[in-house]
Amino acid sequence: MLKLIDGIVELYKKAATSLPPDVESVIIDSANKEEANSSSSNSLKIIGENIRMSRREMTPICQDTGIPIFFVQVPKGVSQREIKDIIYDATRKATDVIPLRPNAVDPVSGINSGNNTGEGFPVIYFDESENDTLRIDLILKGGGSENIGMTYKLPDKRLNAQRNLDGVRKCVIDAVFNAQGRACPPYIVGVGIGATKDQVALLSKKQLLRKINDRNISDDLAALESSLTEETNRLGIGPMGFGGVTTVLGVKAASNHRHPATYLVDVSFSCWASRRGTLLW
Amino acid sequence: MVDPKKIKFPVSTEDIKGLSAGDNVLISGEIVTARDKAHEMLYNERPDRSELPFDLEGALIYHCGPIVETKDKEHRIVAFGPTTSIRLEAYEAWVIENYGVKGIMGKGGMGKDTLTALREYGAAYFHAIGGAASYLAEKVVRIADVYKLDEFGMPEAMWLIQVRDFPAIVTMDPSGKSLHDSIRSESEKIYNDLISNSGE
Repeated sequence: MLKLIDGIVELYKKAATSLPPDVESVIIDSANKEEANSSSSNSLKIIGENIRMSRREMTPICQDTGIPIFFVQVPKGVSQREIKDIIYDATRKATDVIPLRPNAVDPVSGINSGNNTGEGFPVIYFDESENDTLRIDLILKGGGSENIGMTYKLPDKRLNAQRNLDGVRKCVIDAVFNAQGRACPPYIVGVGIGATKDQVALLSKKQLLRKINDRNISDDLAALESSLTEETNRLGIGPMGFGGVTTVLGVKAASNHRHPATYLVDVSFSCWASRRGTLLW
Repeated sequence: MVDPKKIKFPVSTEDIKGLSAGDNVLISGEIVTARDKAHEMLYNERPDRSELPFDLEGALIYHCGPIVETKDKEHRIVAFGPTTSIRLEAYEAWVIENYGVKGIMGKGGMGKDTLTALREYGAAYFHAIGGAASYLAEKVVRIADVYKLDEFGMPEAMWLIQVRDFPAIVTMDPSGKSLHDSIRSESEKIYNDLISNSGE
């Protein structure tokens, strides 16, 4: 029987070398929306070719194989400690065999551990699953796209953004405008609204697990997502920041209840290489 | 799109001066990878040109932390895309001035100091296709040398790489024109409109 460690190594391999079909197809579609023979359409075509090449040759799509972020749902009674140990072992093995780029650096000593593990690295979030299945979702989150994420506190005087969905809308437009072409657009944008900084940062990150074409269960947030996709694309930043109509592939938003005094909005970005995968065990 | 211009590194100032923001190019010859640690080392330790194992005169510095597979002590590049350049803004103008570098390549563009140095010293910034790591690794002919591999680690080491027809776009040129600045100011007008109203 296949061991869980090997299942997680395979999950890493699939996430690092093949883009989810929903993301790939929206990238391919957007190449045709850009002006023919422009730098933007040409870049998207090279990106499409890169995606196919990586899948065929099982090589990483991007040399930055990212910060591995795990969302684990464990069945009742399963030890989180044991799962964590297996994830660490699988990470070391995946780094060696795929290979992944060693990205875990101790900020105090400056030393790269060389195997993608360290204190709090990979990032792992645990939850209890509703059934007997162990579910592991993995995002390989590029460093460049992590650096352009933003957290806002509403009201925000500079943006004239108040504590409502129009205020959230202004935050997202501001974050995309400030990102410009620095982190490999077209982007997928995750938005989290709620009471505390840590909560909204996690919530916006979790939105990056959603399929591009899914529909938000809240009608209000669904409307916000589709109008923000359209409005941010009007900015004209374009693929790679070369100008054009595709700056954002999709916006995904979620909210938690907030405190009467707080209204926090977090915006997370994924580069076009939105690498995610799911393992059911 | 007009046919891309071919350019070979190391390069002369004359060849660089013919480039304009927006040009598509195919790069051949030798390129040197240098990201955060290499720039910090050059800037803080200020090594003499003769102390470096490769000549940076006329060179192309590539902001890239590659994935290199090592089997039987043989290195092979498997992923070779650009990293975000703006992190090197504090160092790059100084590097261009002091080492005679004629090309900088990365993604996302750079700031005012670098743009000024490009104009003063006749150099250009090339934008590679971010994330296209497998595609760009195919453009590698061979690894010629590596510096500081043990000390800096794989992504941060300086790799001297021979490439053929590596595609890029000139986004900051020796006349001081920046495609990033023009895209930003165009988008700023739309941004101001969007922020000042309350949606549709």
